[in-house]
Amino acid sequence: MPLLHIDNLHLAMRSYDGEAHVLNGVQLQVDKGEIWGLAGETGCGKSVTGLSVSRLVNTPPARYMQGRILFDGQDVLTLDERAMRRLRGRAISMIFQDPSTNLNPVLRVGEQIADVAFEIGRHAPQVLGLGPQTGLGERRRAAERLGVEMLERVGIPDAARRAHDYPHQFSGGMRQRVLIAMALVGQPRLLIADEPTTALDVTLQAQILRLLSDLVKRSDTAVLMITHNLGVVAQICSHVAVMYAGHVVESGRTREVLQSPRHPYTRALLAALPRPGLQRGQLANLAGRVPDLIHPPPGCRFAPRCARATAACTVATPPSVAVSDQHQVACVHLDEVPA
Amino acid sequence: MTDAAPLIEVQQVTRRYPLARQGLWEPRRSLTALDQVSMTVREGRTLGVVGESGSGKSTLTRCLLGLEPVDGGRILYRGADIAVHDAHGRRGHAARMQVVFQDPNASMNPRMTVHDIVAEGMVIHQRELGLDGPARTAQVLTLLGHVGLGRDHLHRYPHEMSGGQRQRVCIARALALKPECLILDEPTSALDVSVQAQVLNLLHEMQQAFGLTYVFVSHDLAVVRYLCDDVVVLRGGMVVEAGPTEQIFSTPQDGYTRALIAAMPELESCLR
Amino acid sequence: MMTTLPLDTAELAQGASRARRDAWRRAFYRMRQSSLSIVGLVLVLLLLLVAAAGNSMAPFPDHITGSIDTAMRFKPPSWSNWMGTNELGQDVFSLVLGGARISLFAGLAVVLLAAAVGTIVGAFAGYLGGWTDEVLMRLADLKLTLPGLILAMAVAAALGAGTLNMVIAISLGWWPGFARLVRGEVLSRREEVYVLAARALGAGPVRILWRHILPNIVSPVIVKMSLDVGFAVLTVASLGFVGIGVKPPTPEWGQMLSTARGFLPDYWWTAIFPGAAIFLAVLSFNLLGDGLRDVLDPKSRR
Repeated sequence: MPLLHIDNLHLAMRSYDGEAHVLNGVQLQVDKGEIWGLAGETGCGKSVTGLSVSRLVNTPPARYMQGRILFDGQDVLTLDERAMRRLRGRAISMIFQDPSTNLNPVLRVGEQIADVAFEIGRHAPQVLGLGPQTGLGERRRAAERLGVEMLERVGIPDAARRAHDYPHQFSGGMRQRVLIAMALVGQPRLLIADEPTTALDVTLQAQILRLLSDLVKRSDTAVLMITHNLGVVAQICSHVAVMYAGHVVESGRTREVLQSPRHPYTRALLAALPRPGLQRGQLANLAGRVPDLIHPPPGCRFAPRCARATAACTVATPPSVAVSDQHQVACVHLDEVPA
Repeated sequence: MTDAAPLIEVQQVTRRYPLARQGLWEPRRSLTALDQVSMTVREGRTLGVVGESGSGKSTLTRCLLGLEPVDGGRILYRGADIAVHDAHGRRGHAARMQVVFQDPNASMNPRMTVHDIVAEGMVIHQRELGLDGPARTAQVLTLLGHVGLGRDHLHRYPHEMSGGQRQRVCIARALALKPECLILDEPTSALDVSVQAQVLNLLHEMQQAFGLTYVFVSHDLAVVRYLCDDVVVLRGGMVVEAGPTEQIFSTPQDGYTRALIAAMPELESCLR
Repeated sequence: MMTTLPLDTAELAQGASRARRDAWRRAFYRMRQSSLSIVGLVLVLLLLLVAAAGNSMAPFPDHITGSIDTAMRFKPPSWSNWMGTNELGQDVFSLVLGGARISLFAGLAVVLLAAAVGTIVGAFAGYLGGWTDEVLMRLADLKLTLPGLILAMAVAAALGAGTLNMVIAISLGWWPGFARLVRGEVLSRREEVYVLAARALGAGPVRILWRHILPNIVSPVIVKMSLDVGFAVLTVASLGFVGIGVKPPTPEWGQMLSTARGFLPDYWWTAIFPGAAIFLAVLSFNLLGDGLRDVLDPKSRR
């Protein structure tokens, strides 16, 4: 049984001009130890999908119309807030994009990570290395020790002393490491990272990604990495799911999808990347714009921009077809495209 | 390839910002944003300026545009120092050298229509250009046509358009004064990949059509390698390496340059 | 992609006005969602209507201009005199209506004058910085040396009686608030990228302030203006209460309240109604100000 199984998820979002059909049957399966990249451009629904797994999307104005999010066989959408809170941090953890706004500026870093560890330790004392009947004081001390240990593990030098510093005394890259430490302190089974390196410099990006990759490999944690940057996907993701207008159009092992993309959108995306050897001014152009989610086009949402589109494409959202082991593509015109 | 004539020469430019005093008796410390930076922008070519945050590239942009004075060294435009200009001279520089910024959302006044945004340069330089209202509007339409927009965009506000369209408006605005040189400060960093391709193609088209010289500031090495003839690498306000693009990428000398190039190799190997 | 049809200036003008109308329509949609602000707007419009209508709306217009009727002294509220009569036999309702004109127009005048002066001072101080900023702001800080009301009373007494003098006196203590607000807003917009872009196009400080910065800080200024009108009306009434400003026989709420003090509690209507009028005026402008803030700056709602 996969650790995470998003099954035909449909989400609508109420907005100023109407109700937008943001997620259109998202299908995704993540097994433990796999690092899945959820890739796509602005508005494709990747962030909302990630937030949905942790039930951090406010309903209203959002509304889950259909589908399930199965975590370890349990539908997260049916859980109440208390049960959800127990999952968060302990089983499902999240890292967000901007490290400068995600840490409380008036609390010391060591305190913040100890808070997380302490809270998790309430229901799962084994995380702190303690038995079930321990006093608050001892638990707090264990939480603080664990906090410092985590800071060391994410590569913060002189962790014991640095734990007494405030967030503004850390650089951007260091802060992101602290956030990673906070996310992993509860030994989560699934880590959802929403554009964790977008706000960082290029050289830092590589370091942080390497750190993440090392940490999750050691603990067999599954990762859902939300990003618009295919370079990040190529760097650490074992698998990738490409999203367009609320639907996963192609998914599979990273190398396979990037080297032999079968969906017209994936191909167009890869063709649009500047590469050495290309003539200037000749970057493959993807004409048109992302569809209006309030009045989406019928059937395949990519059809209006697709060179291969026919009437068959507008009948219904194309089902995912397996083109090889683990490589799935949602297109009805697969046979016309050579592998 | 013959060496094109130098259009802009940056000679040992230094720029410092004063920092708040730590104590009443402490000497005032300063942040050196640019430290003896030198580079040459050759006419008709594209110079890539690569740097991360804190490298001084934003300061360099502002100094090249004449919006900030330099504390040391000088910047020559066709041999003449741009610093000693009076207000009239500074406006003249604006007519020769324009800029497209990174965030198309922030670089346009949210209360102005596309028409007014593109026409603003012509209004400011009214005295020199002598264009009346209808003539300016005609020119705005021509410019919008160059960047692939039409009359229906004329009265739109920035927030009513997509990121790619906004950036096109910024390009049209920059071209309005018929400049010789364009500084592109991360023009596609805030855009999606598919839109980035459109804008990069457009920039190339404009360069060919109007014989423009580009200074392309970016941290995205793939784009720099694709678009630029020469590259300068900035770090901490200093030039660490400079030279023709292919030379820098095939045989990088400096450790920092090598680290930058090594940062994201996987995608390239996937695509090749 | 570009059309080659000849330019139709009428068509272009139409496009421009359509864009403006859409912006207004969206603003009013937001306002409709806040019922309190609608109440504020309606009340303010009513007050303005009353003030503008002048003496014609009053049942006893000649009382407003000073005629008295000793036979009708201290009559309680009745069908003929909705708010009763005062010590001179004058109809309180007519006097309240008459007083509305003075109070409201004086309040509006104060705020407009203060906003105009304050905006100019604050804009230049904020944009130019340096010595200009220091000098102008110290000028604004002079107001801190005296409480606003005392300052207004002193200046009004010095200038002599009369509505215009009173307006000037109150504005003198009011403009620094606007200056500080505008200066802060200008400081925060000064480094915006679109300002930098305008400078790159060759724009000078005046153009940048007029075309780029001021239009974008209009919202907080308008909100402050509408909130302040209420308090300006209160200040006018306070001055009237101590006998400064408006010359009798022109009715003024504060002055009416002052005279009525001696007749409480037996002839309560001579005090309650002018007091209620002051209260209503301040409340309406406050509600309107809050509503405007919601409309113009929806982010602040949450």
